[in-house]
Amino acid sequence: MSAEYPLTGASEASDALEARGVVVRFGGVVALSNVNLAIHRREVFGLIGPNGAGKSTLVNVLTGFQEPTEGEALVNGRSLKGWASHQVARIGVTRTFQAARVFPALTALENVTVAALGSGVPLRQARAQAFDALEWIGCASAAGKSGQSINYGDQRRIAMARALVSRPAFVLLDEPAAGMNAEECESLVGLICAMPERWGCGVLLIEHNMDVVMRACSRILVLDGGRPIAEGVPHAIQANEDVRRAYLGTRAAPAPAR
Amino acid sequence: MQVLIDAASTGSLYALVALAIGLVFGVMRLINFVQGDYITIGAYALIVPSAAATPTLFIGLWPVPLAIGGIMLIVVLVALATERAAFRPLRQTDPSTLLISSFALSFLFQQTMMLVYNSRPKSVDFGSSLAAAVAIGDLRVPGIQLVTMATAAICGLALILFLRRTSLGIEMRAAAEDFGMAQLLGVRANRVIALAFAISGALGAVSALLIVVQTGTLDYRMGVMPVIYGFFATVIGGMGSLAGAALGGFLVGAASQLLQAWLPGDLRPFRDAFVFGLVILVLLVRPEGIARSRAARERV
Repeated sequence: MSAEYPLTGASEASDALEARGVVVRFGGVVALSNVNLAIHRREVFGLIGPNGAGKSTLVNVLTGFQEPTEGEALVNGRSLKGWASHQVARIGVTRTFQAARVFPALTALENVTVAALGSGVPLRQARAQAFDALEWIGCASAAGKSGQSINYGDQRRIAMARALVSRPAFVLLDEPAAGMNAEECESLVGLICAMPERWGCGVLLIEHNMDVVMRACSRILVLDGGRPIAEGVPHAIQANEDVRRAYLGTRAAPAPAR
Repeated sequence: MQVLIDAASTGSLYALVALAIGLVFGVMRLINFVQGDYITIGAYALIVPSAAATPTLFIGLWPVPLAIGGIMLIVVLVALATERAAFRPLRQTDPSTLLISSFALSFLFQQTMMLVYNSRPKSVDFGSSLAAAVAIGDLRVPGIQLVTMATAAICGLALILFLRRTSLGIEMRAAAEDFGMAQLLGVRANRVIALAFAISGALGAVSALLIVVQTGTLDYRMGVMPVIYGFFATVIGGMGSLAGAALGGFLVGAASQLLQAWLPGDLRPFRDAFVFGLVILVLLVRPEGIARSRAARERV
């Protein structure tokens, strides 16, 4: 890839979460065709596209959950092929889900502690790290509450703390802003922008809220129909004709003649 | 009052069985009917293998702590072996496949026991000194009943401490609620499931010893009724909730003792039918069980 990466000039080529020539077919349906991307550590990379564009499939490939039909996913140069899901977390790729999926009967602190334990530290240390992560994400006061008794917005924050506490090299956030109001989005952007610095990780942000994407990301990849149609910095993506067409569907409704 | 103590003691025993079943159900969505055979195997491990009606004791002759340890070790190993051989290869399949595998294995164990030991019940003299009554005020309570209640309480507390205060315990609770998510966070499936089976084996060994001391007999199907009671206990307790399972076990066991005491003589042979009828009633009123759990509603 020859595009310029304004914020990641110093990264080594292998210090990245990469998709190389990834193709995924489900029977005759092509979910992804020849997708290449490289997310560097310490950057926030956006992945956008209309519904059904293949975003979720790409995330599944990058977490080793979906084996690509062709091509491969790599973490710091190592192929994800053949790793079990608990191992992918240990290699350093974690994710959140649209539904927060907190453990309902565990306390918020225990929820995050499980993830810290997953990185192989002893319980006492895991608890301390978990509390730090909750504090950073702004949920320290909910530490002792059970997952199911916490409001939905905080459940999502806890899911983020859970993804970060094991200090992954890369964290994948799946539509963290869905259903949030403007104020919540504001603080979410702040958190996401601060993640690379605080946790030393690269962030892949999948999001429909364009305001959040444009403000949080340094680079953006646009998928449509399983195909990458544009990649670049936010203002370039906003100005891109292909992207507008994909989102507004001008092919279906031709623009009126001037 | 004596009836109430009988009820509490039987209830405690079934609570132990229900805990073991509930623990494995939590991480695997499997009602492990082999749990009954863990009990049988634990009991038969006390004697020298033979077809005799009054067999010679083997491990049963060892000093008590050693005998308890030996029986627990054997049953834990059996439980781990069944997990490895019969359940791990099927983990990705439908829960009903796992259930069928557990039935098949249970029959295999029972028939093998019958071949080796013969189908006649045997009488064993193990821990019979515990059967002696202890006087508490006006009451004379068989010592084994007190031991049973104390053991159940200790096992329950130990399990709670394990699940709340240790790394593996917290991981196990997370896995019981959302196995896929737990794995994504780095929880190792094999380790957690094997541990759940090991604990269920240890609980099976404890129940086996309590049953043998109480009844003084061995039968190759001695684990069947406890495991069915334990299964009903987990159902009315709310599938996937350990506290519910223990409570359900206690209630089902206690109900069976109370019915035994209160039913008119003619109806006593049908006691189990009455207990199961009560189970159905409870389920009609509260289909989700006494303690509702998310784990039972959704298999991830």
